[in-house]
Amino acid sequence: MTAIFKEHEADLRVNTKWWASRVAIYTALFIWMIVCLFPILWTITTSFKLAPDVMKGNLIPWWDFTPRWKGWESIGLSPRLIGEVSTVREEFFKRFWNSTIISISAALLAVILGSLAAYGLSRFSYRFGFMKNSDISFFFLSQMILPPVVLALPFLILYKSLGLLDSRIGLILLYTLMVLPIVIWIMRDQFQGIPIELEEAALVDGLGIWGAFTQIVLPIALPGMVAAFILSLVLCWNEYFFAALLTSSNASTLPVMVASQTGSQGINWWSMAALSSAAILPLVIVAIFLEKYIIKGMAAGAVK
Amino acid sequence: MNTVGDLLHTVTADNISDGRKRLGKSLVWGSALLCVSLAVLQAAYQADHISIGFETWRPILYAYMLWATALCFAQVIVNGEKGKRTLFVLPAALFVISLVVFPLLFALYISFTDWNLASPNGPQPNGWDNLVQMWNDSFYWNALKNMVYYVLVVGVEYVIAFGLALLLNAQIRARKFFRVVFLLPLMLSPVAVSWMIGKSMFEVRFGPVSRLIREFGGEPTFFGNPEIARFMIMAMDAWTFIPFMMIMLLAGLQALPREVLEASKVDGASGWQSFKEIVFPLMLPVSVTAVVIRIIFKLKLADVIINVTSGGPGGATDSVTSFIFREYRDRSNVGYGTLLAMVYLVLIIIFVTLLLKLVSRWMERPA
Repeated sequence: MTAIFKEHEADLRVNTKWWASRVAIYTALFIWMIVCLFPILWTITTSFKLAPDVMKGNLIPWWDFTPRWKGWESIGLSPRLIGEVSTVREEFFKRFWNSTIISISAALLAVILGSLAAYGLSRFSYRFGFMKNSDISFFFLSQMILPPVVLALPFLILYKSLGLLDSRIGLILLYTLMVLPIVIWIMRDQFQGIPIELEEAALVDGLGIWGAFTQIVLPIALPGMVAAFILSLVLCWNEYFFAALLTSSNASTLPVMVASQTGSQGINWWSMAALSSAAILPLVIVAIFLEKYIIKGMAAGAVK
Repeated sequence: MNTVGDLLHTVTADNISDGRKRLGKSLVWGSALLCVSLAVLQAAYQADHISIGFETWRPILYAYMLWATALCFAQVIVNGEKGKRTLFVLPAALFVISLVVFPLLFALYISFTDWNLASPNGPQPNGWDNLVQMWNDSFYWNALKNMVYYVLVVGVEYVIAFGLALLLNAQIRARKFFRVVFLLPLMLSPVAVSWMIGKSMFEVRFGPVSRLIREFGGEPTFFGNPEIARFMIMAMDAWTFIPFMMIMLLAGLQALPREVLEASKVDGASGWQSFKEIVFPLMLPVSVTAVVIRIIFKLKLADVIINVTSGGPGGATDSVTSFIFREYRDRSNVGYGTLLAMVYLVLIIIFVTLLLKLVSRWMERPA
């Protein structure tokens, strides 16, 4: 047997080459994994440290420092303080609630408006004045290049005179505007992938175009809509620029709260770390459980 | 999207009576009249010509929304089946037009005024003064120059993202785990990132990275030196957005035709040869899309800069957006800030148009 299956010298060379490529691939993967994870790990561990641990640069919990709740106590979220009244915690939850409401409503509104427009554009031909379908599509998608800074100051003045400054509605409208082109981009791709024969059959069976849309097309396009929704949610949750300019005490979101605390540098690292961890945690959880949809959303339109 | 006529044909047998048409038209015009007259009244009230009016302009907003709703309903009332089709696009179009076109026109007006929100006497039109001031504002030109650097780095980000996409596309175990981990930075808000990385990990005294550098006998400076500070901002932004390009490229890689790759293997192409001759050319369309979208995002870069360096040292890290943000916050000079933003918008439109033209000529396909 050995004589027949003797490892030839050429085979051995191939073998070592294969192993070398394996090692190279996994090394690269692990290096980038550390690059991605270390800042997150650092933030979360720092939120459990005391000042001396920070100064000494201790890293690994239970081994070179003992985790303490000090950082979380400073935003009122430790086991000891959870039953008591805490103004900091109320402040935090107010911001958290603002962020949640604003991003969910903006994403929802954008998905509704964007899906309708994308469906219309992928099925019918329009003519508004000189604008045909391709022009309308371009009009929507070209909003993507509009930098927020151009709209920021006019909106500041307009909102002031409309009494919408420092209100959730104001931010929701702006965020919807911001993510609408992305939603249209994703949904147009989704609807183009659905065969028209389905709707034709529905029309023959007596449904109107809106009936065919809501009863036949929407259920099929739902995964794409979820993808667009999640992606919009992430973008709205993280938005800082408009929130910093247009809100002050009432409607400001979590990023604004984090940013306003960063000024106080140095000594209370633990509270900053706790606040940052609390601010990023929801989206980390979203990323872990809904990763499929996020990737689907970003891949749509990239591949034709 | 090169179809002439509807893809989905509908047979319309509408008999719309003249009365119905009149009803629809009167709805639209009635609500428009209400909106305009309210606006005129309010303007007169604000200019102290009449004594009755509203505290804010919000009722005019409600009237405007009423008009928009009436316009949508009138489409169906007047045009029947055709109106129902219009109804798909009209809400989004109205939304975008009212939130973009009106504010842009308004911005055009205030960019030629001297308007300081802190001073009581509102906008003072001042002709070309703002433009002259911009021409002599070396900080603005400096910020524009920085934007060129920031955009050029997209090339490096692209190379890294492509490498990571290739790694994830290789035969590896725990692919889903690595994909989630590599995606994580994109989920984090730039503000949190600027604290986590910029202000704590790269803190000069206690940050872990400075400590590591001291171990090797170096003296860490991160945000004191202009070149290093700019590099740090680029790195932080790249860290957040590389996953974005990576996912798009990965989707492209997974859609490559398998037969072609296998054929090249059979023909004896080495790994590098098959990448250079087959994978890369086939990936070109996806690459171009990813890079163009990334550049568009990059042109909005501001959050990290505002929170980590606020433009310093000496404006070395300033982007246009962060510069205008400070211009407004420190001097509440709305007129000048808006002019800078409008000039930036014009530059962006020219740049992106040229880029798309160039790309589509080079690729010989519409981008």
